[in-house]
Amino acid sequence: MLPLQILIDGFAISSLYALGAIGFTLIFGVSGVLNLAHGGVMLVSALLGWALAGEAGLGTYLGTPLGVVCGMIAAYVTYFMVVRPIQRSTAIPREEKEIFVLTGTLLWGIMIQQGMAYLFSDNPITMRPLIPGVASVAGVRVPYNEIMIAVVCWVVIGLLWLFVNRTKAGKALLAASMNPRGLTLLGFELSNIYLLAWTIYGVLAGIAGVLLASFLGVSTNNTGQLTASAFSIVVLGGLGSVSGSLMAAYVVGYLETVTAYLISPTLRPLPALLLLVLVVYVRPQGFLGRR
Amino acid sequence: MKDIVRSRLIWAAVLLAIVGATLPWWLTGYILGVLTVAYYFGVFAMSWDLLFGFAGEVNFGPTFLIGLGAYSAAILNAHAAAPIPVCVMAGGLVALVGGLLLAVPALRLRGPYFGLVTLVAVLLLQNAIVIFAGVTGGEIGMMVPDVMSVDASHNYWIALAFLIVCAIILFGLSRSAIGLILQASGQDTVGAQALGFNVVKHKLAAFCISAVFSGVAGAMLVFYQGTASVSTVVDIGIGVQIIIAAVLGGRRTILGAVLGSIFLIVAGEFLRPLGQINTFVVAAVALAVILFFPDGLLGNILRVRERE
Repeated sequence: MLPLQILIDGFAISSLYALGAIGFTLIFGVSGVLNLAHGGVMLVSALLGWALAGEAGLGTYLGTPLGVVCGMIAAYVTYFMVVRPIQRSTAIPREEKEIFVLTGTLLWGIMIQQGMAYLFSDNPITMRPLIPGVASVAGVRVPYNEIMIAVVCWVVIGLLWLFVNRTKAGKALLAASMNPRGLTLLGFELSNIYLLAWTIYGVLAGIAGVLLASFLGVSTNNTGQLTASAFSIVVLGGLGSVSGSLMAAYVVGYLETVTAYLISPTLRPLPALLLLVLVVYVRPQGFLGRR
Repeated sequence: MKDIVRSRLIWAAVLLAIVGATLPWWLTGYILGVLTVAYYFGVFAMSWDLLFGFAGEVNFGPTFLIGLGAYSAAILNAHAAAPIPVCVMAGGLVALVGGLLLAVPALRLRGPYFGLVTLVAVLLLQNAIVIFAGVTGGEIGMMVPDVMSVDASHNYWIALAFLIVCAIILFGLSRSAIGLILQASGQDTVGAQALGFNVVKHKLAAFCISAVFSGVAGAMLVFYQGTASVSTVVDIGIGVQIIIAAVLGGRRTILGAVLGSIFLIVAGEFLRPLGQINTFVVAAVALAVILFFPDGLLGNILRVRERE
């Protein structure tokens, strides 16, 4: 039943990737910021959620939402302490803002990683599953937790879609990604919209972080890997395109799962990287990106 | 005015070089060892600055070029028993090919896309080293049979001489017409093209030069340390350190990159008693510099002088 196993495992992993990458692409679409501290934000929610649930004795059901809150706080700190000061700095020439944001968030990500490693050591941790037990689908053992993760991911993505397309604040967010200047002319305060984007980002990255902790487990050593995979997915799908990111998340997720099952688990990230290089050479705007 | 600043800068550099050359007579071997590594890092950071500060290309994977140079030199030495100078030259050549490979996407892609390609290049190299563990020693790394010297002072002088030669070449290049054209094409490609400069040719040259210096320095570092391993010459963390060093010292100054590297390596060594938290402190200092003094150490000094 290997094909079915790959189908199911790949689906759960891909959904998680999609959730992690959507926040990343949202921030880029709205404010043009590539947040290289992304892995760090996910790490904060995963590790603090794990610590609160386990060592602080609050239990998984309380620790998980608190972990998401911690991820949100980490996203706010990233925005207010690193990204916004660089954006508003007068000493940095406009054309170099992008590289400064990249370098600044990269450093901040390293600080998070090292700080967390200092507090919790760099041992990999795995959170207790939210729902214990294993289901059997056509002879393949599937933990309930895995099913729950895929469902949660898609519910969150669905809610985000409703928010962006059906509410006024969400539509403003969408408009900001299309034409920020036009939006300010209509009387919207752009900094409020940025704040909203970072809030959503924090929630999405936080949820992705705690779910990852209860599914594959996390270690501070993987922070860079988490950022890199979100970055690759987003570029593969087209920077700023949410549906492109969704598509790319599934391509990468399945490529990795197939490689891990059929060839060797150590080669897991390789085909996705090669695909990425190929796509960047041949079609730099990604699957669904606009140029 | 500008000439005075320049000459003052050069005199300061000459003075530093002379002081640097006398250090082995009054410092311990341990500190010399730290400085030796810092000097090789200085060359890495200078060649990164040439690409970023002048050509305007965000290279997130300086260790791709360094690792190529280091590993090809190590493989040649360990498996073919080639003498050190041949290995170092071969390292430079292989890095040059790598630089050309990177230049192809750089000429087509902008900003974050190119940055990602360089990042992926490092990850691919890292994976390749692990996959071909039979030749490369995999994650453990490989020992090289030959080392440059067993004497700390000799190693120190070799590194210092190498640093000075590289600094003269790269600094001279950056202040020459080529450097100015590169700077122009990095900041405004269309404008530079409109003035009739061949942007593609100059950028290609920048990639080649940066690659050769990175590769040679990587190869020399291998023969100083006696081993080539992923964690010392390929890891993304090393690349990040190089970028931090160059930005810390001041972009577009070349010599600032050396100051940044020495500061970074020496500070990292002094903070070692802090244990795990020392990388945290170094990253925090670098972040503070970026936020409050975006021109870096040397950039700020030069700017103050210019105002006077």
